[in-house]
Amino acid sequence: MVDYKQYHPAWGDRSPVIIGFLCNWCSYRAADLAGTSRFGYPATLRDIRIMCTGRLDPTFVIKALREGADGVLVMGCHPGQCHYEEGNFKAMRRVALLRRTLSQLGVHPDRVQLGWASAAQGIIFTETVKEMTEKIAKLGPLKWHDNNHDASPHLPPLPEKEATHG
Amino acid sequence: MGDKPKLAIYWASSCGGCEIAILAIHEKILDVADYFDFIFCPCILDFKRSDIEALEDGEIAVTLFNGAIRTDENLEMAELLRRKSQVLVAFGSCATEGCAPGLANFNDREQMMNFIYKDAPTVVNPEGIIPLEAIQVAEGELELPGFWNTVKTLDQVVPVEYYLPGCPPEAKWIEALVEAVMAGELPPPGTVVGMDVTVCDECPREREEKKISHFYRPYEIIPDPDKCLLDQGLFCAGIATRAGCGALCPSVNMGCRGCYGPNEGVIDGGAKLISALASVLDANSPEEIDKILDTLPDPAGYFYRFGLAHSMLHRTRLEMENGQKMAAQIKETPRLDPKLKD
Repeated sequence: MVDYKQYHPAWGDRSPVIIGFLCNWCSYRAADLAGTSRFGYPATLRDIRIMCTGRLDPTFVIKALREGADGVLVMGCHPGQCHYEEGNFKAMRRVALLRRTLSQLGVHPDRVQLGWASAAQGIIFTETVKEMTEKIAKLGPLKWHDNNHDASPHLPPLPEKEATHG
Repeated sequence: MGDKPKLAIYWASSCGGCEIAILAIHEKILDVADYFDFIFCPCILDFKRSDIEALEDGEIAVTLFNGAIRTDENLEMAELLRRKSQVLVAFGSCATEGCAPGLANFNDREQMMNFIYKDAPTVVNPEGIIPLEAIQVAEGELELPGFWNTVKTLDQVVPVEYYLPGCPPEAKWIEALVEAVMAGELPPPGTVVGMDVTVCDECPREREEKKISHFYRPYEIIPDPDKCLLDQGLFCAGIATRAGCGALCPSVNMGCRGCYGPNEGVIDGGAKLISALASVLDANSPEEIDKILDTLPDPAGYFYRFGLAHSMLHRTRLEMENGQKMAAQIKETPRLDPKLKD
């Protein structure tokens, strides 16, 4: 169990929560490979499989941040190797614009990151998660709902307490 | 007169344009006056808050409420009118999604007070006086309504039956709503009075396969009057904005600003704009993408121009880090083409 207080005092007893959107064809399989190969990496990532990073609606990222994530990691196939030819290029553009927009709203751009790993690159997947965890750990918790407990009624209410962490 | 259904119109944080928009229904206003007993509208009628307080709960048939909620007074009036009304309509962009007052959510109360009363170039205030909520004078205590850190929309403080977006709403939709009420054929609660397609569907301009390699601001180019503005590199929010206005702005060479808000089923209009706009950038490497995005200053301002208060993030982060406000300052680059200076 890593003590994240050494990175930022505000962590207290909890660890960072990173939501990962991994594409079905490359990065999710890289994560599988990392698991079957017993590569260790921080238990900070909650991964969600999407068919392609091109399917990633910026709404998903914003929702994750709003509802308690400290960071979002989007991973797909290497540029030029998308299963659907150009989905990852769209993700590259969307994430770039999303990061600029979020930084104006006070969300550090490092909290939303993009990475690539092929199905054979379990080690790149684990290295990316390690790197991102360290960056988020240094930034401290995001705690968006402290900021924003009165947001849109069209969404389910925000959790009363911070999400529990392993 | 006494047994006619009662109609009230109220403004909270708004500009007064919504009241004017109601007059745009022209002679239909006579039918409205005929059918309803028009009891409350601070913009044009001299009735007081105490007159509303004296009513039974639910005695007002319809209240058209425009304006965002940003002071204690706005909230009190919203709660009072909610209690007294059978149908409460969030009327106009401010009440529906925050609109221009909602842009205050890019700052906080302290930043706003400092700028408006001290730092704005046109202000002379050597003593640094800013308004207080209460002050003791010889005659007693004077009070002003509390001013909030965060602007909210009407449905974030009280339940709302219908939404009529637009800055201001178009006359045909005001008419449609008023007619539905008069005919007793009310749509299900939660209905947004308008269309469920985007501004592009109403826009007469010709669209091609989109590839944007440079964003221009309106003063930088003279757009082709028949081609899609976005195809020409002018920011237009029509791709992710609810239709209903008849594409007024694009029809006069101005990109859609997005005042009709997100389309049906969309939670965060800004996120959809990011998605749609970014996917048509003509670039396949981070460097090229950055180069194009550098020509779009203030993206959050474009994407959340009308909807910040109703967006998923709702406002900028309040937490400070190392004594600095977290939100990044907008980097305004000088963009005037040197050739244009002569």
